[in-house]
Amino acid sequence: MTDWLWGLFQQWGLGEPAFNAFMGLIKGVLVVAFLAVNALLLIYLERKVSGYIQNRLGPTRTGPKGLLQTLADAVKLLSKEDVIPSGADRAVYILAPIVIFAAATALWIVIPFGPQTMVQDLNIGLIYISAVTGLSVLAFLMAGWSSNNKWSLLGSMRSAAQLISYEVPLVLSIVAVGMMAGSLRLGDIVAAQQGGIGNWFIFPQILGFIVFFTAGLAEINRAPFDLPEAESELVAGFNTEYSGFRWGVFFVAEYANLVAFSALAATFFFGGPTGPVLPPFVWFLIKTYFFILVAMWIRWTLPRIRVDHLMNLGWYVLIPLALINLGWTGLYVVLRG
Amino acid sequence: MAETAVTGTPPQETAKPAVHELFVNMGPQHPSTHGVLRVMLKVDGERILDADADVGYLHRCFEKIAERRSVTMVIPYTDRTDYLAAITSEWAYVMAAEKLLGVEVPERAEYIRVIVGELQRIASHLIWFGAFALDLGATTAFLYAWREREYLLDIFQKLTGARMLYNYLRVGGVRNDLYDGFADDVHRFLKQLEEKLREYHDLLTGNRIFETRTKGIGVITAEQAIAWGASGPVLRGSGVPHDLRKAHPYSVYDRFEFGIPVGEDGDVYSRYVVRMQEFYESMRIVRQALRDIPGGPWQGDVPRRMKLNGDVYTRIESPRGEVGVYLVGDGSDTPYRCHYRSPCFVHLQLLGPMGVGHLVADMVAIIGSIDIVMGEVDR
Repeated sequence: MTDWLWGLFQQWGLGEPAFNAFMGLIKGVLVVAFLAVNALLLIYLERKVSGYIQNRLGPTRTGPKGLLQTLADAVKLLSKEDVIPSGADRAVYILAPIVIFAAATALWIVIPFGPQTMVQDLNIGLIYISAVTGLSVLAFLMAGWSSNNKWSLLGSMRSAAQLISYEVPLVLSIVAVGMMAGSLRLGDIVAAQQGGIGNWFIFPQILGFIVFFTAGLAEINRAPFDLPEAESELVAGFNTEYSGFRWGVFFVAEYANLVAFSALAATFFFGGPTGPVLPPFVWFLIKTYFFILVAMWIRWTLPRIRVDHLMNLGWYVLIPLALINLGWTGLYVVLRG
Repeated sequence: MAETAVTGTPPQETAKPAVHELFVNMGPQHPSTHGVLRVMLKVDGERILDADADVGYLHRCFEKIAERRSVTMVIPYTDRTDYLAAITSEWAYVMAAEKLLGVEVPERAEYIRVIVGELQRIASHLIWFGAFALDLGATTAFLYAWREREYLLDIFQKLTGARMLYNYLRVGGVRNDLYDGFADDVHRFLKQLEEKLREYHDLLTGNRIFETRTKGIGVITAEQAIAWGASGPVLRGSGVPHDLRKAHPYSVYDRFEFGIPVGEDGDVYSRYVVRMQEFYESMRIVRQALRDIPGGPWQGDVPRRMKLNGDVYTRIESPRGEVGVYLVGDGSDTPYRCHYRSPCFVHLQLLGPMGVGHLVADMVAIIGSIDIVMGEVDR
């Protein structure tokens, strides 16, 4: 397929830069399509899972088993009036959903769908991930500040406070993964875990996984860490004033982040797309969806943590744990030789 | 929201602001104010510097309307004061009317009142549990509580024909007798509730997040609680074992064995513990009443035209605290004055002392822990 395209480009007298740009475009479209389909599916899944946990049925009416519910909601959101509150900082207000969607999509550039199947196997993959994940907080701040609403402002300030408490342990736990693989490239991390469950990083990295999972839930604002939009406290937090499609973009980005976080957990600690018999992409989906379901389970079980308790958790528990894990990983890598 | 915040009347400023203060209106449109309560918050970041409740959004002139209605016609209005515990609000009123008229209530009617009253307490506490959990972000606990309440409402529907606003108590008795199989239904429900309560405890009571969210939050000392006129679980949460059912037994409460759960610290958690234990005490009372209930009429003799003379104050222990009715008659068949004492109204004044120094998130927990019903506050 790639060769055939390359031949076509040569026939038309176009050079390698044009070919690369074209391939990048295709990959980008594929990733966005993957995200959109997953988000649609996840919103439905979340409703069904929460319904199951709460002794309800979830959506049943729209389409077979309610499958078209999310689509109907999307149509509803699209047909809503586009409201921008008076006194809002229009440019920033409009830009915020775009930034968050860009951040959610950009993360997918380095996530491996298969052993070597990814948009771009950056040699600084891990650094790239920790940089991009911080971007969504920028969007929260923009949304909260530009809305001219005090609840939005409080929500966005919370997301900033949250950032400094989870970002450090998150990065520290990722660093340990890089040390295990001896590379910052996600392709190498997957390759290092190939060859059976025994090679998965979860066993030497159990501490790192706990830190990563907890801090990761905080990073994607999933309950019990959904502080920036805590609806029972801050009305709707940073997106109080958003409605219609702009709100929908925030919503989709949240689920895109959930998929990304689960995919990263699977990649870093559970071998990513590696596995017997089934094709790598299927393994990737199985592992990713396992963590998605765990995140949903947690969301519908626990009460919301308070913002200062989250900071305590981050600084007093997660960072020391991450540091211990870092020391242990160094020892492990040296002993392993 | 931002516009109203600027025009709203902020609480009196005493000292010069040393920090950058923000005035936020929590409500009247806010997911966690249980109706249309407006809490005026002065915050520094998220830290509350001052909190004041603004009420009156749900005022329906109940007390004035009562002055133009005959004694029996007032009862449906009393339902609508505390709509989550309609039976107890009716009860306080009919007790006042009975005292003024000198009506004897048959024993069976008193037992029925105790049974439905305690079932109502359970229903009300179920809503409190659900809403409180929802305020703290635990959505599932909310729906669990709703499910159990549904079974209870079915029983009420079979008994009274209505699910929330029963219009069941009458001056001198109750409207109709218990239906056949009522005791079985209730026993089945209580057994089920006992199992489900264990689930509730699993979900919240031992949860670390829940405990850190509630312990040491919104502390009110016993002295403060008494001084502010607190009652019900708020007072008992501060360690004062005061329950009108024991302290001034009305109806036939002196015939039952039950305990008064009290909290230790006067914080949100203590109030939670008190209410959770009250589930069990109410169940004990219902079981005893079902065992001992005598036969006989369920409606006593009442004069055809009820003319009220003199004045009387009656009070009962509602799920939220002390509900009092001050009823004055001038010899006509409508009350001259019918005043309701609302426990929630009193408790709302405690928002300031409870909330200052805590975070906005704690204010939500505090409001949840005093279990307000705005219909009762504004009447």
